[in-house]
Amino acid sequence: MRKFKQQFLAGPYLIWIIGFILLPLIMILYYAFTNGDGSFTLSYITAIADETNRKAMGLSLRLGIICTIVCLVLSYPLAMILNNMKIKNQGLVVFIFMLPMWMNFMLRILAWKLLLSKNGVINSILTGFGLSRINIINTPTAVVLGMVYDFLPFMLLPIYNSMTRIRKDWIEAARDLGAGNVTIFLKIILPLTVSGIISGIVMVFVPSLTSFAISQVLGGGHVLLIGNVIEQDFMQGMQWNAGSGLSFVLMIFVIASMTIVNIFDKEGEGTSIC
Amino acid sequence: MLKKCASRIYMVLIFAFLYLPIIVLIALSFNDSRSKVKWGGFTLRWYTGCFQDEKIMTAFVTTLQVTFLSAIISTLIGTLAALGIAAMKKRHQTIYLGATNIPLLNADIVTGISMMLLFVKFIDLGFVTVLLAHITFSIPYVILNVLPKMKQTNRSTYEAALDLGATPLYAFYKVTWPEIRPGVFSGFMMAVTMSLDDFSITYFTKGAGVNTLSTMLYTELRKGIKPELYALSTILFFAVLLILLAGNVYPGKKRVAAK
Repeated sequence: MRKFKQQFLAGPYLIWIIGFILLPLIMILYYAFTNGDGSFTLSYITAIADETNRKAMGLSLRLGIICTIVCLVLSYPLAMILNNMKIKNQGLVVFIFMLPMWMNFMLRILAWKLLLSKNGVINSILTGFGLSRINIINTPTAVVLGMVYDFLPFMLLPIYNSMTRIRKDWIEAARDLGAGNVTIFLKIILPLTVSGIISGIVMVFVPSLTSFAISQVLGGGHVLLIGNVIEQDFMQGMQWNAGSGLSFVLMIFVIASMTIVNIFDKEGEGTSIC
Repeated sequence: MLKKCASRIYMVLIFAFLYLPIIVLIALSFNDSRSKVKWGGFTLRWYTGCFQDEKIMTAFVTTLQVTFLSAIISTLIGTLAALGIAAMKKRHQTIYLGATNIPLLNADIVTGISMMLLFVKFIDLGFVTVLLAHITFSIPYVILNVLPKMKQTNRSTYEAALDLGATPLYAFYKVTWPEIRPGVFSGFMMAVTMSLDDFSITYFTKGAGVNTLSTMLYTELRKGIKPELYALSTILFFAVLLILLAGNVYPGKKRVAAK
């Protein structure tokens, strides 16, 4: 009887789930699959094949994949170095590498705009030394740079966490049995950090695929990602059905990417959906 | 030795990549010149300017209101939910946790848009809708912090307290609460940082007129950068540093911590 009562404590949350999680998703589905007059249509879903949308989706996928790979390549060695440090305050060092991610998302983008713009800090220093300027603001390169800066900790943390769980005696045992560094890496460290890599990939790829603010600020309107198309549909064009259709397609891409990476995550330790 | 040297250099390089932009922002906030590279002497005028700027201050106050109201309400609902979920059968738990994962894993832009589509049917977009949205995406972080603590508690201690004549509320306060308190606290801190950091969801649910710092910055950034914003960044950076050191919640943010 007491147990029965305690379950009711989740009541307010149940109402919240229905009202603010499920109903909004139903709204998106409704707008995505209906016309302005309320009749069923698939045209807003198939609109992803239109030239602008297809190009934006392609660019989003490409930049998302590049950003994820760069983050992985940068984070993995760093996680290994941090994990192998033989100092007392390892927690503090990790904290130092995580600190920038607590800074407001917009401010981090602002910092990069400041560094990269035409008369920005980097270019002024370059011309000061008599070197030629770099013109990467308003290009996809600047957007990727901003994304990497924003999402790098999301890759670093899960990989580092999975590495700390590897016990030192396993590595010593392997060494005693004659394994070299490469064998140890391939047979012990890499397989045991797969789940960390998987969660890192999901946590970087999903936000970079769906971002619109970074490309707007650092791309200056010249880099059109699928997020920007959706944002314009809602905030400028008032084309709610078109925007919902693209949002639905984007959701499918997000779910698909999670499913694909979860297939590789045999232990199910990564970002599982349930 | 060579390997050690190489790894040190690598660490310094990443460190520089992460911190140089922040250091530049902080340095420029004290620079008495509108130029981004010439040092015009030390000044605090961007700081006084920042506090006098009506747009910045209104956004700042709104941010604080949204953050603390949403953190408090989501901690309340989330903790109650965790207590309830812990007492459920496995099958119901799975359903609840599945629903909890939706806002965590879905793209922010989709979450924001979906809520906007719902809200405009009933009320005008504004402070209330932003607050509702922030509560919605904060609750999962609270649940995922409290639930593991709840699973560690020993149910028989609570039942023993009841058998000895304690009211359920008193038994909860004396037995369960001390054990879940750290989880509730870190859930609250996580809700605060999530809410402070959010841009996308606020952007779609705010309507005209209401601005948090993130959305205000976005509008300003598209026009150009005012030096007052450097001062604001510096203040916020050190404020966050203080909160973190006080709350001792590092490391683990966003979905990283959700696991």
